[in-house]
Amino acid sequence: MKTKLKLKEKLFSGNLGFTLFSIVIGFVVGAIVLLIAGFNPLEAYSVMISGVFSRPKYISWTIIYATPIIITGLSVAFAFRTGLFNIGAEGQYIIGSLVATAIGYFLKLPPVIHFIFVFITAALAAGLWGAIAGYLKAKFGVHEVIATIMLNWIALYLNNYFVMLEGFKRPQSETSYEIQNTASITILENWKYSDVGREWLSNYPILKDILAAPVNLGFLIAILLAILVWYILNKTTLGYELRAVGFNRHAAEYGGINVEKSMVISMFIAGALAGIAGALQVTGVTKSVAILAAMEGYGFDGIAVSLIGSNTAFGSIFSGLLFGMLKYGGPKIQPFLRAPSEVVNIVIGTIVFFVAIPKFIRMLGSLMNKKRGEKNVG
Amino acid sequence: MDGRNFKEKVVEMKNITKMFGDFKANDNINLTVHKGEVHALLGENGAGKTTLMNVLYGLYQPTSGEIYIKGKKVNVENPNVAIENGIGMVHQHFMLVEPFTVAENIILGMETTKGIGVLDRDKAIEDVEKLSEQYGLYVDPNAKIQDITVGMQQRVEILKALYRGADILILDEPTAVLTPQEIEDLIKIIKNLTNEGKTVIIITHKLKEIKQVADYCTIIRRGKYIDTVKVSETTEEELASKMVGREVSFKVDKEERETGDTVLKIDNLVVRDNRNIKAVDGLSLEVKSGEILGIAGVDGNGQSELIEAITGLREVESGKVYFNSKDITNKTPREIIDSGISTIPEDRQKRGLVLEFTIAENTVLENYDREPFSRKGILNENKIKEYAKDLIKKFDVRPNNEKIKAKALSGGNQQKVIIAREVSNDPDLLIAAQPTRGLDVGAIEFVHKSLVEQRDKNKAVLLVSLELDEVLNVSDRIAVIYEGKIVDIIDAEEADEKTLGLLMAGRGGKRNEN
Amino acid sequence: MLDNILESLAFILGTTLMYSAPLIYTALGGVISENSGVVNIGLEGMMTIGAFFGATVGYYSGNPWLGFLVGGLAGGALALLHAIASVTFAADQVVSGIAINFLGPGLALFLSRMFFDGATMTRPIDLEDKIPRSLDKILTKGTFIEKVFNQYDTVYLAFILVAIIWFILYKTKLGLRIRAVGEHPKAADTLGINVYNIRYLCVFLSGVFAGFGGAAMSLAVVSNFRPTLISGQGFIALAAMIFGKWKPQGAMLACLLFGAAQGLVVFLGGTEFQVPSEILAMIPYVLTLIILMGFVGRATPPAADGVPYEKDSN
Repeated sequence: MKTKLKLKEKLFSGNLGFTLFSIVIGFVVGAIVLLIAGFNPLEAYSVMISGVFSRPKYISWTIIYATPIIITGLSVAFAFRTGLFNIGAEGQYIIGSLVATAIGYFLKLPPVIHFIFVFITAALAAGLWGAIAGYLKAKFGVHEVIATIMLNWIALYLNNYFVMLEGFKRPQSETSYEIQNTASITILENWKYSDVGREWLSNYPILKDILAAPVNLGFLIAILLAILVWYILNKTTLGYELRAVGFNRHAAEYGGINVEKSMVISMFIAGALAGIAGALQVTGVTKSVAILAAMEGYGFDGIAVSLIGSNTAFGSIFSGLLFGMLKYGGPKIQPFLRAPSEVVNIVIGTIVFFVAIPKFIRMLGSLMNKKRGEKNVG
Repeated sequence: MDGRNFKEKVVEMKNITKMFGDFKANDNINLTVHKGEVHALLGENGAGKTTLMNVLYGLYQPTSGEIYIKGKKVNVENPNVAIENGIGMVHQHFMLVEPFTVAENIILGMETTKGIGVLDRDKAIEDVEKLSEQYGLYVDPNAKIQDITVGMQQRVEILKALYRGADILILDEPTAVLTPQEIEDLIKIIKNLTNEGKTVIIITHKLKEIKQVADYCTIIRRGKYIDTVKVSETTEEELASKMVGREVSFKVDKEERETGDTVLKIDNLVVRDNRNIKAVDGLSLEVKSGEILGIAGVDGNGQSELIEAITGLREVESGKVYFNSKDITNKTPREIIDSGISTIPEDRQKRGLVLEFTIAENTVLENYDREPFSRKGILNENKIKEYAKDLIKKFDVRPNNEKIKAKALSGGNQQKVIIAREVSNDPDLLIAAQPTRGLDVGAIEFVHKSLVEQRDKNKAVLLVSLELDEVLNVSDRIAVIYEGKIVDIIDAEEADEKTLGLLMAGRGGKRNEN
Repeated sequence: MLDNILESLAFILGTTLMYSAPLIYTALGGVISENSGVVNIGLEGMMTIGAFFGATVGYYSGNPWLGFLVGGLAGGALALLHAIASVTFAADQVVSGIAINFLGPGLALFLSRMFFDGATMTRPIDLEDKIPRSLDKILTKGTFIEKVFNQYDTVYLAFILVAIIWFILYKTKLGLRIRAVGEHPKAADTLGINVYNIRYLCVFLSGVFAGFGGAAMSLAVVSNFRPTLISGQGFIALAAMIFGKWKPQGAMLACLLFGAAQGLVVFLGGTEFQVPSEILAMIPYVLTLIILMGFVGRATPPAADGVPYEKDSN
């Protein structure tokens, strides 16, 4: 009895409890919206679930959907933990994918080395893009939220400008040329479409199904990055400095930490992460970049991923996977039930909304305790 | 006396108890105040004076107890009810809107209007001028708050209350931020107010001021009512012992010492503040080993900027800072810490600690990047933990758990963590800026003892404090700062409050003689 | 030659006015909310829901003004959520705003599919059911003046609203209280001003204005709602508000600048001019960054902007 109470207390007071509670509320609100609109929410949710889990290929796709937003989530979480709000993951992602495509298409390098080169240059470019916001904050006191919003749009137009350039733009299209195969990280990309590959795979239907999606190394890299982010933040002097600046820049400055440098480094790392997300998406899935009429939302989704993951590295993996499920499974209710798939955004918005108000959940918790207390007295 | 007979009860607070969670801030307190009197509320920091007055003003609801105003039982639900009943409050931290004008601040919430909701600024200015004349509270209604002095801001606060028809005025620590001369002006204003039939309740822990201005004094200790005394029939010593619950000696024990070499030498220093005004303006000073040099002065005369400049947190415009004969002007904070200067900062929560960090993390704020606490950029958590445990034990930090966050500690224990960290660096110079602000008597004694220990180890100590008593009791020599300059340096033995007070107000001193 | 230049100029000025109007409404929403101390990054979501409701009600009722009004109310309703989170529950206002930016477009597209047979685009409103151009009858056709100023009524309303908000903020009792709450909520509280009520009012109004902005887009600039209609304009309005130093008149000028950039892009799209439109489109954002760097005077937000107010008595 006592341990049970303790567990409950822990859930109610801890971040994990708030988050789980918010996720439940998110789905309940989604159900209510569906119900009001005349759909059976249970049916809708079961379509989503089977749309994610019923075939190996679906699971592949879910992970592919989750990969970039796990990493943009890491980018936002890293900045958060160092006291910065990186709304600019969107633009950093764009820069990363643009540079990855350019390096992947124009350079001719051996396999693996080509990818590593693409990876590093994209991370560097996006890191520098992020560092601009850090520098503007450190030197001129420009709030990073505003600076990164501006930089997002500048990145979008830069992307559109470069994609349109002669020699990069694929004729009769709105996209660039595709990257060389040497830069790709899609698993068994050529083999699985070759005669040998097809024949071999026909004996292994599950494997064949898994590989029906552009399965790539991105997810593994995302997990490695999460470990790296966790390690840097918690185990290194750099992480100590960045967190100190994030919590209290005045105390950090007094302790001899170079606050301005820390802000730039922090935004550089956040930017590099978002850029890597873009690079992995290009080298693993899209192979090229297109003209953007509007923001694609990888960065904004990253904010929600980070928030739902309590701004921790490993939390981002789980919430990123949840997002992947919603994003991949959600649209499947459209053809099956003719139910609007945007209910997914309502669910996500509701989760973030409740994550923002732990005070509400705490009040709810203490209200319930009080009631129970009164009962015990009477 | 002067026609005031103190017969008519205007405020009666009966059996007031106020809980914050499990903590009893006020425990069954009684307070009776008569019309026309100045009633002092005396107690240490954290005794519950301000809480009691916030209850009277409707900012807090009492857990139990009753309030009678002018004989009528009143349920003071919010400040509006207090205002309706003629109560006005001047908070310790002024409640003024900086970019607004004096007149706008005074009328806010009770605006003069013409038509539907349109401000009538001319009427407001007229009203303010009339009121300020009546009580001798001169202000410029059109000046912006951010441009006027602290003393002037206080007058605006008093006018705000009077404008709302207050006849009972609560002043929370009104003299904390004033120069001795401004304090005299304030006392005159209080006399004017009582002559006009107003009643004044003044919260303070300064005994001298009580003797100067108050008629009655109610003493509170740790949330409990102790006594109400007629001020003219008591002594400062009696008030003090009632306040702290035991005999107190204001003296700090220390032995005579020979001073040694000059450790810190400041030469003609000029430093600008955030508004780009010269806050330190040609200041020169020397601190020797084996002495505590105290800097006395009224808040805002360049003390903060001076310390920030020495410690590398603020740019020096001209002049030099030498430490152990080495030029450290405009070096980075890290270089200055490494050269052997430690600082107890004036705002422990803003500068001294990362409140979200654990005690252990806070103890290595200045040397986390050195062995044994880290190697090649990787933290050694075990070594940090051991070090923190050691400091916690040596300095008796409570609770003795290095894993809890600094924000969970009391003010006194937070200060202990900072002192432990700074003293353990074994600095040649320890700078202590307002090291006892907001601490209780026990913690204050600990801090003073730590400073004297440094001195006795033949180190140099630079103490900056707004509490004149502290400077007088702890220092060996006292430098008085006024408008960014040292106006005089006096041996503590020969110093007294009156001379220092005049110097702090910019009167007398070497500079003004030539 | 001169005629050509005048013609071009008239076109650019006209499109500038047209594109600025939705931004002005939304930026005013930001001004009123942030002057009361609540950061509103959710303007984007509020604008989107306003655009959807505007277009939908306009389409079904045939009355553009009813659509405009309902668009505003829909924005206001969404803003109330933001107010509940950030005023009552002392939430991180940026996080709450992010939630609004998921909810607004999500709800708009969800409802669009419900009302328009699964389409994410609402059906276009007939030309005569769009917001009217009242000056159309007065101005002489083909003149320079006509080309610049013959605009939808929402354009003029936007500028009138700027004047109204300016007057309220700086000349009235309510405005004084709003700004006091944004600068020093505790001071306002001790003077008996209800901080929560003022902030609720201001956040609600900010949603209404952002909703107007969205509706001005879907009922005047174009004639339907579609998923990419707003895409980022709420954020641009937010930037314009900061650019304009949290003042209604400043925000208006900033919106005109952003509108002019858009106008230029449209204009150059129809010419043989050599500057790539992408570079041109970038200019306002670069300019905003430069301004924020403080070369043209510092922009300081209200002192308590973004800080939840919590009474410490419990």
